[in-house]
Amino acid sequence: MRKLRYLQAMNEAYLQEMARDESIFIIGEDIRGGIRGETKGLLEAFGPDRVIDTPISEAGFVGFATGAAMAGMRPIVQFQVPSLIYVAFDQIVNQAAKLPLMLGGQTRLPITYTIMVAGSRGGQAGQHSDNPYPFLLHAGLKVVSPSTPYEAKGLMVTAIRESDPVAFLAPAMVLGQRGDVPEELYSIPFGKGDVKREGTDVTVVAVGNLVPDALAVAEQLAQEGISVKVWDPRTLLPLDREGLCDAVSSTGRVVLYDDSNRTCGFAAELSAIIGERAFGSLRAPIKRVTRADIPMPFATILEQAVLPTRERLATAIRSVCFHNGVPA
Amino acid sequence: MNARVDTDRPTPISIPASRAAELYKRMKLIRRFEETVVTLVDNNEIAGVTHEYVGQEAVAVGVCAALRDEDIITSTHRGHGHIIAKGGEVRFMLAELLGRTTGYNKGRGGSMHIADVGLGIYGANGIVGAGAPMACGAAYRFKRAGWDRVAVPFFGDGAINQGVLHESLNMAAIWNLPVVFVCENNMYAITTPLSEVSKVQPHERAPAYGMPGEVADGMDVQAVYDATYRAVERARTGGGPTFLEFTTYRYVGHYTAERLMKTSYRTPEEIELWRRRDAIEAWGRRMVADGLWTMHERDAADREVESLLEEGVAFARQSPAPDAADALKYMYDTTYPETPAWGAE
Repeated sequence: MRKLRYLQAMNEAYLQEMARDESIFIIGEDIRGGIRGETKGLLEAFGPDRVIDTPISEAGFVGFATGAAMAGMRPIVQFQVPSLIYVAFDQIVNQAAKLPLMLGGQTRLPITYTIMVAGSRGGQAGQHSDNPYPFLLHAGLKVVSPSTPYEAKGLMVTAIRESDPVAFLAPAMVLGQRGDVPEELYSIPFGKGDVKREGTDVTVVAVGNLVPDALAVAEQLAQEGISVKVWDPRTLLPLDREGLCDAVSSTGRVVLYDDSNRTCGFAAELSAIIGERAFGSLRAPIKRVTRADIPMPFATILEQAVLPTRERLATAIRSVCFHNGVPA
Repeated sequence: MNARVDTDRPTPISIPASRAAELYKRMKLIRRFEETVVTLVDNNEIAGVTHEYVGQEAVAVGVCAALRDEDIITSTHRGHGHIIAKGGEVRFMLAELLGRTTGYNKGRGGSMHIADVGLGIYGANGIVGAGAPMACGAAYRFKRAGWDRVAVPFFGDGAINQGVLHESLNMAAIWNLPVVFVCENNMYAITTPLSEVSKVQPHERAPAYGMPGEVADGMDVQAVYDATYRAVERARTGGGPTFLEFTTYRYVGHYTAERLMKTSYRTPEEIELWRRRDAIEAWGRRMVADGLWTMHERDAADREVESLLEEGVAFARQSPAPDAADALKYMYDTTYPETPAWGAE
């Protein structure tokens, strides 16, 4: 099959969906220039009315998209850096996320927020390394974080077609990845996780950036005789709770590998669900490998100290497999 | 303060008699609606607090009289007046305030979120200035579709230092959007006087964004209508946005509970001065003076307002409360298992 990079897969989803539906427009800072690639060719294909470069006014253009959606449009709002959403928080959290319910269902808000380069990519320090999905989940936005080019296209198409606000987090460390991507338009349903690797001893639940990492660690541990299953939720809200519990129950051991803060991060919620619903299947305590609870420090050595790394994942896997020093 | 205090020699009314009577009725309906709401709050029939529009009626009514049904507005925390002026029905508003399923928002919104999207009312809003960018987005839709509709965000003097309002003024200007920004200057943000938070009057900021700014007497419904009409026509014909400031006054506190508090930010004399310029009374008198109706017809209009409210209150009281099992409804268009999730299994 044809191979595309992640950014090209996003780009193809934009191009094909915008060609299909005139009510879609894309708005944000430096969209037309498209220097990273995911918005390449949009201006030429759809013109300046549908491909809008904004002033640096994050709250303004988010609210603009909300009003346009209420008037019948289907906006894509692109943030070039995840932490820019904080500047627009009232308009995202207090307005777009709440209006459909507060208005008693009078309006739908079919808005896709594309959040580029999510997570740490090295040397970006405190304000350019965030992976802010816990905030968005708490606000009730639908959140997807695809880990492969195939899923990037298919989940982007679903995100655009969903008549609710959806945050699409494009993880920094997978943007250059190549993978099989069908040329035709296809969609991947929300709320369905995916087993990325079969295994029998331990289940690793990995999100976004960390899925390729988890697969690499699984290969490495196979040499040690540990069989690791890797499960990717793909969509964080809606969450495939059943798929999660099945994946965990099948091995009876789980390590949650999540690049968000430890306190009230996504792994904390996964852990609670597993504790409530799959407790009986557990042969060892749940382990979390997450980001530390601080802003990302700059120096590489400090950054590595606070990130969920392959080494920490490997250690956690070994520890759940050898509970109290004996094979569990 | 730019408002004209002299009320002795009003200009002749230039609005047709039937239209003028409608403006009177709408203003009166807002006033009596708010007084009714206060009673219902006191009776504990309405939960929480509401922000009364008493005193400012001429602004909402004058502005909305210059709009068509298909134009849209965004409103504020003090939104009841805007909603009635844009054509909102008081029975559905009252049902919403009483938290009933027949309310505009099916009991999910309450006073600060009442909306009727079909009537072009994109909602009252609990966050100061937040409706302005939404109005710009709707205006973009109108412009792109080639429709001659306009979007009108209402906001108070308190909003003029809110960042998102500036972002919206700028977007409307650079993209030449059909937006008429309406600033209701009632001179206080809760208790903070405008003079403490701005060196200039709100409309004086407009030229800096490249749009006209105008101020008019918000206690004169004709003046409000005339200024809005000009701005709306300009917007409809591709002339871009305008910033309108209307000087006005709320006779009552920032919100219902202020009556029970000791406040000193306004003197009784100041409040009395503005009450003497009451827009509703003045308009009723002017209509009589100009021979547009008789006192008898005015009284009939008042009775019509009373019966609308009586029917509205009865409708609200008789309406069913929401089913607790439906509490999670309306969050999403497409739902999934346990999405949204309850707090207990």
